Amino acid sequence: MIAFSNLIQQLDSTNKTNDKVQALCAYFQNTPHQDALWTIALLSHRRPSRPITTTLMREWAAEVAGLPLWLFEESYHIVGDLAETIALVVPESQIQHKDPPALSDIMEEIIALKGQQEATKKKYIIDQWQSLNALQRFTFNKLLTGGFRIGISQKLMTRALAQALDMEENHIAHRLMGQWTPQTTTFDQLLRNPNPEDLLSKPYPFCLAHALQEAPQKLGNTTDWIVENKWDGMRGQLIIRKNKWYCWSRGEELISDKFPEFEAFLSLPDGTVLDGEILPFKNGKIQNFALLQKRIGRKNISAKLLKDAPVIFMIYDLLEWQGTDLRGQPTRQRRELLEEMFAQYKNSALPWQLSQALPSTSWEAITVERQKATEKHSEGLMLKKASAPYGVGRKKGDWWKWKSDPLTIDAVLTYAMRGHGRRTNLYTDYTFGLWQGDVLVTFAKAYSGLTDEEFRKVDAFVKKNTQDRFGPVRQVTPQLVFEIAFEGIAPSTRHKSGVAVRFPRILRWRHDKKIEDANTVDDLKALLVP
Amino acid sequence: MEFTSKGIYCRLADVYLDPWRPVKKALISHGHADHARWGHQNYITQQDNVPILKHRLGAISITGVPYGATFVINNVKFSFHPSGHVLGAAQIRVEHLGEVWVFTGDFKIKSDGITPPFEPVRCHTFITECTFGIPVFNWPNPRQVHDQINQWWATNKNQGKTSLLIGYSLGKAQRLLHYLDPNIGTIYTHNAVGKMSQVMEDKIKFPKYSILTPETTKKDLAGCLVLAPPAAAEGAWLKKLGPYSSGFASGWMLTRGARRRRAIDQSFVLSDHADWPGLLAAVEATQCQNVITTHGYTDIFAQYLREKGWNARTEKTDYEGEVLETDKETAL
Repeated sequence: MIAFSNLIQQLDSTNKTNDKVQALCAYFQNTPHQDALWTIALLSHRRPSRPITTTLMREWAAEVAGLPLWLFEESYHIVGDLAETIALVVPESQIQHKDPPALSDIMEEIIALKGQQEATKKKYIIDQWQSLNALQRFTFNKLLTGGFRIGISQKLMTRALAQALDMEENHIAHRLMGQWTPQTTTFDQLLRNPNPEDLLSKPYPFCLAHALQEAPQKLGNTTDWIVENKWDGMRGQLIIRKNKWYCWSRGEELISDKFPEFEAFLSLPDGTVLDGEILPFKNGKIQNFALLQKRIGRKNISAKLLKDAPVIFMIYDLLEWQGTDLRGQPTRQRRELLEEMFAQYKNSALPWQLSQALPSTSWEAITVERQKATEKHSEGLMLKKASAPYGVGRKKGDWWKWKSDPLTIDAVLTYAMRGHGRRTNLYTDYTFGLWQGDVLVTFAKAYSGLTDEEFRKVDAFVKKNTQDRFGPVRQVTPQLVFEIAFEGIAPSTRHKSGVAVRFPRILRWRHDKKIEDANTVDDLKALLVP
Repeated sequence: MEFTSKGIYCRLADVYLDPWRPVKKALISHGHADHARWGHQNYITQQDNVPILKHRLGAISITGVPYGATFVINNVKFSFHPSGHVLGAAQIRVEHLGEVWVFTGDFKIKSDGITPPFEPVRCHTFITECTFGIPVFNWPNPRQVHDQINQWWATNKNQGKTSLLIGYSLGKAQRLLHYLDPNIGTIYTHNAVGKMSQVMEDKIKFPKYSILTPETTKKDLAGCLVLAPPAAAEGAWLKKLGPYSSGFASGWMLTRGARRRRAIDQSFVLSDHADWPGLLAAVEATQCQNVITTHGYTDIFAQYLREKGWNARTEKTDYEGEVLETDKETAL
């Protein structure tokens, strides 16, 4: 616990990647294996489920600190982090642990807490709060509530582990995949001597794309690139090995249960791994992403749901074929094999399609394809370097996503809340409205897209123009207009405006527009794809 | 006493306390830019604050009064009492026909060793700041913070790095400077900090330091500590420091969000304002019935006091308290 808390503090107090890797590497080298394993699990989002609600934590913290609950809540909204607020308000105790327990012990205690009576949980948690120092208390709360947000990507941790163990990053990345927990494996078993059975079900690390920011012409010759649609579904990896099949999400969750129709892929030969996109597909056509969300959200996949929201696997890469790992081969070769394989099994009536390579004779031709993307229910294009192997993680330069231009609309700032993390104490979380008659109807919330300087200005505006307060939310005088960009749009009965938009963000502050110039709800509805 | 669009106004005496618009006669609590503004015809302030205001505002008509001395304007009695905030900072006591008001300006309870410590003044109405008026703010022992700063400097020096220490040029910088250990190495100050420190040299003991000049070279600065105001924490001049580590001293550094927002290497929790227990202790000590909160978490603090039995309310002012962002501090 001491070493882990110090590690979190170290990682939190530097922006330099190298310092982070070094701190992690030193930690992995000097920490007992069981704690190191838990650290890997926590930093790769394998946290055990919460033993108590955060509501209870808030109540108990206010009680221990002798504060009215509303004052604790206000403080939390200002600090922007529950774990930290609790750590700061709980008074420092005189009777601190001489030796705080090891990380792995604390984690086991937290897991064991799950089935206990509320009174037992309360006693345990308050005891911990009072016997740890502020830093450890913060860490302990994070262990309970999850999400460290300290800028440690899986890639960074993988690099540190590779250094610490003197192993190859690729091997580490592969072994860290899948649904293990510190209770089902050991440090050695996970990293050094993996069980061949375990490896069978493990997905390969996904190759991820970067957003193309500059003109595509800068990528050089179009013949060096394979161009495909960027599908608007759920990334998946389908594994067929030893007469078993596994479907993994990009978040490394085993999602086979959600897609029973993929069992049909068992007719492919042993040792096949496909990379692709799970897409809603009905009446011979790709459907809106919203339909897929229905499938993902449900616990039980009923026959009716299978019929109402059918899916296909849109394949675009072949990572393993007849038991051979193809990831080292150039993309062009893998694509040829993929197309051959697809042709060979075309008549097997599998729920799949091949993501076609699009004509790429010139950048002009490719630009035309990008414009056609939306009507194909695709988000834009993918550009994949023909000569590159299948990369691990987000390697810059091999895969680019060149999304279609987002939809945009001008909306009025109506409500604001304080942000979290580095935007703590600044009003940076905004709600936007569109006109319906002379009323502004809420249509989206957005948290990103302004510069720090602009956020400071809007923050000052909010503080000076508050009309009303609802807890942490401030209603502001309608005065500022922003251009809001978003990716997808679908009808919705849950939203006041009747429309749900995906990934809304602020494109720019329209200083030149008055609120009368903002768009209407009808303008927004006109953007719905039929 | 009333709150007007120009400032806190005493109609009987026709004077303003820390006005934010130009007025005829202004009583000034301390030298920070949000309390001591340009353009008043006459300034009255605590006497140690006189040179500071002259340095900041140039040729002004100004009168200095020692702590505790009463002066009368049109039957209203005024006096200045230490607020412990920065050198020359005062609470302003106003009395008329036995009714006493105290305006804190900014204050801190715990003595910093270089400023006369906060003196509780009994009153009926306490007009107070509450910059850090939520219960998460509990200051660590400042001694330990000064030790941390010196350790940080020594470590940087061992690693061949220059130390860039950032704090406001009025008050915080002198507090930091006073406690720096000159045995570790050479101390440089940014011009704004150096000039302000010279103004206070007869009141505060400082270790030997030099002011940065255009002639100072990278070689001169290697392993040294450079003390600079927040506004100077960015800019081309930083290249001169060579490899360096930056440290920022502020009460806001107690929270992670604020630390992360500023891209700094090391944060030090050191404030010239009262923390939550300090604010509560100050209110208690005045034995007042009425509290008016002027800046900081005003609504929250006032509501809490109301629940505890005070008659507390908020008035809108233009004071800013300890600001977090670099662009806010007026260049000195």
